[in-house]
Amino acid sequence: MAKAKIRSEFKIRRDLEKCIQCQACVRMCTNDVHYLDTESNTIMSFNNRCVGCHFCEDICPTNAITIERDTPEIKLNYHWESKSVYNIIKQSETGGVLLSGMGSDKQYKEYFDHIVLNASQVTNPSIDPLREPMELKTFIGRKPDKFIINEEIPPQLILETPIMFSAMSYGSISLNAQKSLARAATKYGTYWNTGEGGLHNDLKPYVNNAIVQVASGRFGVDIEYLKSAAAIEIKIGQGAKPGIGGHLPGEKVDEEVSKTRRIPSGTDALSPAPHHDIYSIEDLKQLIYALKEVTRYKKPVGVKIAAVNNVAPIASGIVRAGADFVVIDGIRGGTGAAPTVIRDNVGIPIELAIAVVDQRLREEGIRQHASLIAAGGFRSSSDIIKAIALGADAVYIGTAALISLGCHLCQKCYTGKCNWGIATQDPCLTKRLNPFVGEKRAYNLLRAWSLEIKEMLGGMGINAIESLRGNREQLRGIGLSEIELKLLGIKHAGESW
Amino acid sequence: MKKIVIDEEYCMGCRLCEIYCVTFHSKSKDIIKTFRSEKDRPISAIVFEERGYTTFALQCRHCKDAPCTDACLTSAMYKDKSNVVLYNKDKCVGCWMCIMVCPFGIIKPDLKNKKVASKCDLCIGREIPACVENCPNEAISIKEL
Repeated sequence: MAKAKIRSEFKIRRDLEKCIQCQACVRMCTNDVHYLDTESNTIMSFNNRCVGCHFCEDICPTNAITIERDTPEIKLNYHWESKSVYNIIKQSETGGVLLSGMGSDKQYKEYFDHIVLNASQVTNPSIDPLREPMELKTFIGRKPDKFIINEEIPPQLILETPIMFSAMSYGSISLNAQKSLARAATKYGTYWNTGEGGLHNDLKPYVNNAIVQVASGRFGVDIEYLKSAAAIEIKIGQGAKPGIGGHLPGEKVDEEVSKTRRIPSGTDALSPAPHHDIYSIEDLKQLIYALKEVTRYKKPVGVKIAAVNNVAPIASGIVRAGADFVVIDGIRGGTGAAPTVIRDNVGIPIELAIAVVDQRLREEGIRQHASLIAAGGFRSSSDIIKAIALGADAVYIGTAALISLGCHLCQKCYTGKCNWGIATQDPCLTKRLNPFVGEKRAYNLLRAWSLEIKEMLGGMGINAIESLRGNREQLRGIGLSEIELKLLGIKHAGESW
Repeated sequence: MKKIVIDEEYCMGCRLCEIYCVTFHSKSKDIIKTFRSEKDRPISAIVFEERGYTTFALQCRHCKDAPCTDACLTSAMYKDKSNVVLYNKDKCVGCWMCIMVCPFGIIKPDLKNKKVASKCDLCIGREIPACVENCPNEAISIKEL
């Protein structure tokens, strides 16, 4: 067997003057990077095993460790960059599909970074959110065509802030991670999503704030599951891997996951690429109405799709099929595991998808029939407020929520060795995420972003998020081409009425 | 009185509690100096338990009817006004009876000086003990019980 040609991606710099040899790093690293060399009595590292999760850096009591990027450099070549070369080397060694976690990290244009926000000056007053009421309350669901007093309106989800936690299943993430998000969402008055892995018994107290998913694998779906939740979401696709299914390896299916997913423990949980009962909008309509019948039309039923080429007509079909909300997941949307080539190359950016879907639904006069939820790589409150101004009703955050719990985007979710106790089912690792700590951190993120949104709204002279939805006049593009501006439906910076 | 409560479900076994315990009870109270240059570095007052994936840090429980204070010949182990079990090194004759009777096995012997080496004092002078304050996962907390 020849020596492996795979190079390390990171270099561990240990400041020996600061290292007190407490061995916390040795004990904590699940990739066995650090070890105590008893002969020289120093702590050493295997750089090639490091995945760059930064856990040791965080745990080191004297800040003696720094993880640095150590990309193997090849001769300067603008076409053949180091990453592509080493991917080929890796594949010629293993013969397998390259896997990745989280969302696409490719250098596509970040449209959010090319959009700026408006503020009030002279002609209209800005509002100080610390002195005056500012409304972030958001309603998700079908709105009536006409307002008629005393007429019952269709079921709505009521959000205190237009931010929800996106679908991350028990199995792909740990129960402690789900607990943290569920508690934070319940406390803040927003919603979390069970993902397609069923609803664990420990999460039943938070079910009033849960959106349950019905995905192609139908894991954990039963009458109680559907009836107990606040809303139901049919998952057709997700941003990280449009068009392909899911595969939870049998090693991750322990006793608890097996009970929750209703599958034998140790077996692979395979979610097929398509729903085997949905091959058209008409089929989707049948499922939507089957779920509505089950819940006696008391809960909103939505559909989640990945943003792809024809997202606008597809969304229009979904709305016409009776969905109360449509979730659109952009190319930056994350995952627990996906082939890298799919994650990086399939789908379209969420900014364009929101704009074209909102525009299409308005043109067809059916925008009020469904709420539009955007998902996929929201990095800050400004991304969220821009998404809402482009036409989204609310957003889902997944990666950002996990970062609040500790995630450092090492993209190794699929290995089940997450040092932060998030994307793993190993009891030695899941206990590293104390849900009481996680709850506080996720709650703080919701609070901080909501405060920032209020500040930005106030600056625009708007006192309710409802008034910003689809209000593209508040946005201006910078460095965007004519077609991009047209698709986004915004003017270029400098243009006025 | 205030007691340290262990939540072993969330102890990740990093043993930083021991490091911060030693640092606080050292002369310099500086983590790097304590471990790199200090002579006669104190021993941590924490007993770290580990079996399988269950780990936890155990400190003196400051028992209501502390057997160590009864067993001590010279009152070197005593309870102060706030019911904290403390240790007076000067009075200790090294009979180690306290170690024999402690139901939790948390008192550690000093083999060289034939005394008691370490015993949790709830970090005198600190509102929150060093181990509690520095636990990265809030697996130990101090609560009024």
